[in-house]
Amino acid sequence: MKHVMEASHAISEAVKMIKPNVIAAYPITPQTHIVEKLSEYVANGEIGAEYIRVESEFAAISACLGAEATGVRAYTSTSSQGLALMFEVLFIVSGMRLPIGMTVVNRALSAPINIWNDHQDSMSCRDTGWLQMYAETAQECFDLTVMQYKISENKDVLLPSMVGLDGFTLSHVYEPFFIPEQKDIDDFLPEYVPTHAILEPEQPLTLGPIGFPSHYMELRKAQVEAMDNSLKVIENVFKEYSEKFPVQINGTRPEKYYHIEEYRMDDAETAFVAIGSVCGSIKDVIDDLRSKGEKVGLVKIITYRPFPMEAIKKSLKNVRNVAVVEKAISPGANGPVFEEICSVLFEAKSGAQVRNFIVGLGGRDVKLDHIQKIFDMTKKGEGKKQEWMF
Amino acid sequence: MKKQRIDYGSLKSKIGNVEITTGAVLESTGSTSKTKTGAWRSLKPVVDEQKCIGCGMCWTYCPEGCIEKSEKKFKVNFDYCKGCGICSNECPVKAITMVMEEK
Repeated sequence: MKHVMEASHAISEAVKMIKPNVIAAYPITPQTHIVEKLSEYVANGEIGAEYIRVESEFAAISACLGAEATGVRAYTSTSSQGLALMFEVLFIVSGMRLPIGMTVVNRALSAPINIWNDHQDSMSCRDTGWLQMYAETAQECFDLTVMQYKISENKDVLLPSMVGLDGFTLSHVYEPFFIPEQKDIDDFLPEYVPTHAILEPEQPLTLGPIGFPSHYMELRKAQVEAMDNSLKVIENVFKEYSEKFPVQINGTRPEKYYHIEEYRMDDAETAFVAIGSVCGSIKDVIDDLRSKGEKVGLVKIITYRPFPMEAIKKSLKNVRNVAVVEKAISPGANGPVFEEICSVLFEAKSGAQVRNFIVGLGGRDVKLDHIQKIFDMTKKGEGKKQEWMF
Repeated sequence: MKKQRIDYGSLKSKIGNVEITTGAVLESTGSTSKTKTGAWRSLKPVVDEQKCIGCGMCWTYCPEGCIEKSEKKFKVNFDYCKGCGICSNECPVKAITMVMEEK
């Protein structure tokens, strides 16, 4: 059925339909409407989950860890400082290979105190061993939330996943999107059957033991291999979902989900690379530029961890100028996506000029003018390697 | 909810010559008591039974639970005592001395 809701609630609807057994969340700032709605659903019996109102985000992710270790499906959601508070446990969850699903409503980190959108929170968690996928629209929020469990729980993956969506510009914006029938979702995502971790008195297991120097590296390597496996799993799950649930509202999602969405990349000589809701504005500018005869396109990154090296390499093969537009910065270096795009292009022996444009930190508007200017600078090769669009 | 059992054998894999399991799950339990942490010790608590008044402060404060009650007095379990010296520090009558561990 078609609905118009804010993207936060699109995620609440998706979580309701995937039938989690445990939801643990901290209800105060920087929380969003996602778990507020979920707590209502639990209270009125629409979701049969145990809802644990914890005392902090550290406790939220820890409660999910404990729940998932008993062999059930767990969910949590957070933002910025809340995600930062979870940091330590994120590694434990992925190391124990517990396929928890989490939504990260992307917001800036303090100081100064700021509740608005950028990607610095989840980008700084890129090395935690969690899968990361980013949404551009409410429909993608819904779809990725359903798909993340199917990917995470796959026996060749067994890694936790976070779906990122832009705070306010997406989380609080009302958009039309389509919700499939519950029976079709059940068919797509059956009940979670744990294969490696169940806290069950009849079969005692030790979970989370010490990993001596003799074993730690191998266990980390196994995690990396699982991450590598996930590339194919994600591709298959995206394909299955796209076929099972075709587009109902034009323009709300890619027709076929893939690690990246290529927008007018066919003969592009200049390409934008970006993540999240800003891609909508970039597409508008591209349409305008294309009508003036400019050969320009966009590579929207949906899967960020694992990083889809090959897909991006293929997409940027014939591109001469690349503008990586990012809402994150690693002080002392560049934006995290920029570094990886450079690495892809280096490996591909591409001679493309790559520039890093830092935009929209702490909720600063990214206007069409900004994007137009980014295009002009990139095409002409003007400006420094790292440019800030204030 | 259905009761699940894990096929433990299926969790095993090898990377190089090292056998690991998914998520480092171990079939056995009680690994804490199997790992005798006493070997980590460089200083060892020695109780002067003449001075000991049996108050149990060492037993209360030991972070590893390595002080055991024996009748009225207290004994150190050297299999697990890491030699932190908290017992010696807390003893109100200074009956516990930390001495260098010698093999």
